[in-house]
Amino acid sequence: MELDPVLLSRIQFAFVISFHAIFPGFTIGLASFIAFNETLLFKTDNPLYEKISKFWTKVFAVVFAMGVVSGIVMSFQFGTNWSNFSQATANLLGPLLSYEVITAFFLEAAFLGVLLFGRHKVPPTVFLFSAWMVALGTFLSSFWILAANSWMHTPSGFEIRDGIFHVTSWIEAIFNPSFPWRLSHMLVASFLIGAFVVAAGSAWFLLRSREVDANRKALSMSLWMILVLAPGQLVVGDFHGLNTFEHQPVKIAAMEGHWHTGSGVPLFLFAWPDQQNQTNHLEVGIPKLASLILTHEWDGEVPGITEAVPEEQPPVFIVFWAFRVMVGIGLILIGFAIAGLVLRKNGRYWQSPLFLKALTWVGWTPFVALLSGWIVTEVGRAPWLVHGIMNHHQGVTPALTGGMALFSLIGYITAYALVFWAGIYYLLRVMDAGMEDEHTAEERHEVERPKRPLSGSHVPLSD
Amino acid sequence: MEALDLSIVWAVIIAFSIMMYVLMDGFDLGVGILFPFAPDEEVRDLMMNSVAPIWDGNETWLILTGTGLLAAFPLVYSIFLPALYVGVFLMLIGLIFRGVAFEFRFKANQSRFLWNIAFTAGSFLAAFAQGAVVGTYIQGFDTQDRVFVGGAFDWLTPFTVLTGLGLVAGYALLGATWLVMKTEGEVQEWAYRKVIPLLLCVLAVFVIISLWTPFVDETVRERWFDHIRLIWLLPAFAMLCAAQIVISVKRRHDALPFIATMGMFIFTFFGLLVSRWPYMVPPEYTLWDAASAPESQLFLLIGMILVIPVVLIYTAWTYWVFRGKVRLGEGYH
Ligand code: HDD
Ligand code: HEM
Ligand code: HEM
Repeated sequence: MELDPVLLSRIQFAFVISFHAIFPGFTIGLASFIAFNETLLFKTDNPLYEKISKFWTKVFAVVFAMGVVSGIVMSFQFGTNWSNFSQATANLLGPLLSYEVITAFFLEAAFLGVLLFGRHKVPPTVFLFSAWMVALGTFLSSFWILAANSWMHTPSGFEIRDGIFHVTSWIEAIFNPSFPWRLSHMLVASFLIGAFVVAAGSAWFLLRSREVDANRKALSMSLWMILVLAPGQLVVGDFHGLNTFEHQPVKIAAMEGHWHTGSGVPLFLFAWPDQQNQTNHLEVGIPKLASLILTHEWDGEVPGITEAVPEEQPPVFIVFWAFRVMVGIGLILIGFAIAGLVLRKNGRYWQSPLFLKALTWVGWTPFVALLSGWIVTEVGRAPWLVHGIMNHHQGVTPALTGGMALFSLIGYITAYALVFWAGIYYLLRVMDAGMEDEHTAEERHEVERPKRPLSGSHVPLSD
Repeated sequence: MEALDLSIVWAVIIAFSIMMYVLMDGFDLGVGILFPFAPDEEVRDLMMNSVAPIWDGNETWLILTGTGLLAAFPLVYSIFLPALYVGVFLMLIGLIFRGVAFEFRFKANQSRFLWNIAFTAGSFLAAFAQGAVVGTYIQGFDTQDRVFVGGAFDWLTPFTVLTGLGLVAGYALLGATWLVMKTEGEVQEWAYRKVIPLLLCVLAVFVIISLWTPFVDETVRERWFDHIRLIWLLPAFAMLCAAQIVISVKRRHDALPFIATMGMFIFTFFGLLVSRWPYMVPPEYTLWDAASAPESQLFLLIGMILVIPVVLIYTAWTYWVFRGKVRLGEGYH
């Protein structure tokens, strides 16, 4: 069999970026949660906040490390596997990615050191400031990387001379049409992930009656977040979809499973898209609803996938189903938002074993939604690297052989599998150790003052 | 804009970024390379704690070098990376394992030795691959119409293996002198003992490379040997730094060995730059051929001028927060 470097590079890119995306998706929300708790601690001096913050910082540290190392891989992927693409788009992507480094990565890295190791080395105000700087870094990072990514979906503010993209307006290029929606949708997704993981973790501790006060507080905070964000994500997602409808109608058609342009088209709940025959099997849908959602008219006209010639159509099956997974999970999350509100009314949100159990089970699903969302967006863009202008074959590295690509693909899969399972394992150990080890400033004073000469070696996590 | 050649400004910035990376990540990779030789597990804890708060920031200079090249000299980015595909892959794998080892090792019990290995092997691999990149740069690239057309293993030759091992020794030297500065007592004594042998290794490689390079490439030979020039001052200064290392180790000075090692790296680096200047993708493309559009170079330059000083200030501040000797027992969260 002939090894196709283009296909292998695509698989590799999709694999390494999906792996990477999991971690920022988590740390963006968690960084703000930690900074928020530090702020409360600073204001109220309530040691519970210190417990919460210290515990989740430990989790954060593990996840962040995995985010960093997988991110470093990303910044070289463009050159190793997509060198023609890099050369053509460098005028635009180069500065955007570099701005990410100088405004975000340095900030995160420098203040992370203080956040993890500096609690007793700097004054409390400076420590609090560092926590917020780490959080700010994650925002700035999202801003630049999503500007770059969105530009590839809805390119603007450029002209092409001799096959090279030249920027004519930085404002137009950065604030390209899909950017505001992609940024908000991704940020809300990250905060949802953070909120659900904290909720699930707290629920897990509450079920075991461990550190009840602190965990009840953390659960309460995360449920408020969820209440706002889960429905909010539906709204933002809807606007995002309308924007895509305007700029990438074929992608929307693939998400909806509509092969042919028509008016009054249904919203499919189930279908089995068949690319070969350009049709669906086993359609189950709600009449006219898709037209209503997309055009705000019962009989509005909606373009179909066949507006694009077969070579320029995305793989419909993947896009269609990934979209349903994401939205399905989104709806489940809204269910939890409502349930939390109802249970709060009679103060049982932290005592209902059923609710707590359910939370521990649902905690990982927002990650799946995040990845599905990216799959919708990215696969829906196929075969384009820069929408409508440059495709995969034009962008790939000419000297890349199938063998090299296969070698690195297998290498990354092996390495990431090891790192991933080790990461999960250590996260579980951190969970298991719990908050009990987190001595707050107050407790330490009480416990240690009498035996001052002996203190200094606090029980490390593992021994 | 005529007066100011943006491409030259950018060449200086990129050189600065590489320099920062080599000096800063150099010592923490070096700590990883020295890891297996540490007397016991407690010393390893100490070694790791001495770099744990700062390694991430150090590595960020590598990312800046990468994206900065993409922004200012896309031709370099899109020829080096394909040409070094396998080498870059190995470096990245090395950085992955070594990066997570910081977090995982402290949370492990029985599996601790595995993360020790990951930390060392990762550091070694990354250092070696980076050294090989330097060697490949001296060798030059096989290109056609601004695209790399060579083979997957062009970058792996006896010459690049030597530069790779040279950088491993060099980073280890940086690591050892860093530990001298950051530790005390027996650990410091142990680190002192590593400095001179490592320095000898580095000098040996240095001499071999200096003798060999002129044969690898014609223009380099001309530049160094055809007229005796000012550039000979660079290796001379590097040697003075080497002498200073020996002296300050003998006098058991704390910080001077590290500073002198950095000095040695800086002068060697400049020596390398003048050998090839103004070629960025030897033997064919100069920095002007490799440049991106002026409006892109300018757009990013504005940000660099505004932001990099701030970055340097808070980076210096973190080093200051974690100044002083690291001690056993204090440390990890
Ligand atoms: C919306 C969020 C988001 C997305 C889509 C991406 N990243 Fe990312 N990235 C982050 C958000 C982020 C972050 C939250 O800011 C991280 C996580 C851990 C960290 O250090 O910062 C990060 C880390 C991180 C690092 C390590 C930074 C360091 O050493 O501190 C690099 C080099 C990249 N990323 C590069 C990329 C590239 C080239 C991407 C796409 C092609 C990409 N990231 C997608
Ligand atoms: C972080 C979350 C992201 C995920 C999970 C993701 C996922 C994917 C997937 C699944 C593909 C494969 C599509 C296909 O093969 O048809 C892909 C392609 C691609 N994505 Fe993304 N993407 C993400 C973000 C980004 C960002 C931020 C950028 C750019 C800055 C980017 C640039 C690309 C490029 C260049 C490709 C082309 C290679 C290819 O099509 O396989 N992606 N991505
Ligand atoms: C609840 C209903 C939701 C709707 C209606 C919705 C809608 C959308 C749409 C239309 C896209 C494609 C954008 C494009 O065409 O490029 C998208 C992408 C995406 N979705 Fe959702 N979404 C929902 C829920 C969620 C949830 C719960 C998450 C994660 C927790 C999520 C994460 C993402 C991500 C990461 C992307 C890719 C990045 C982007 O383009 O913004 N979505 N979503």
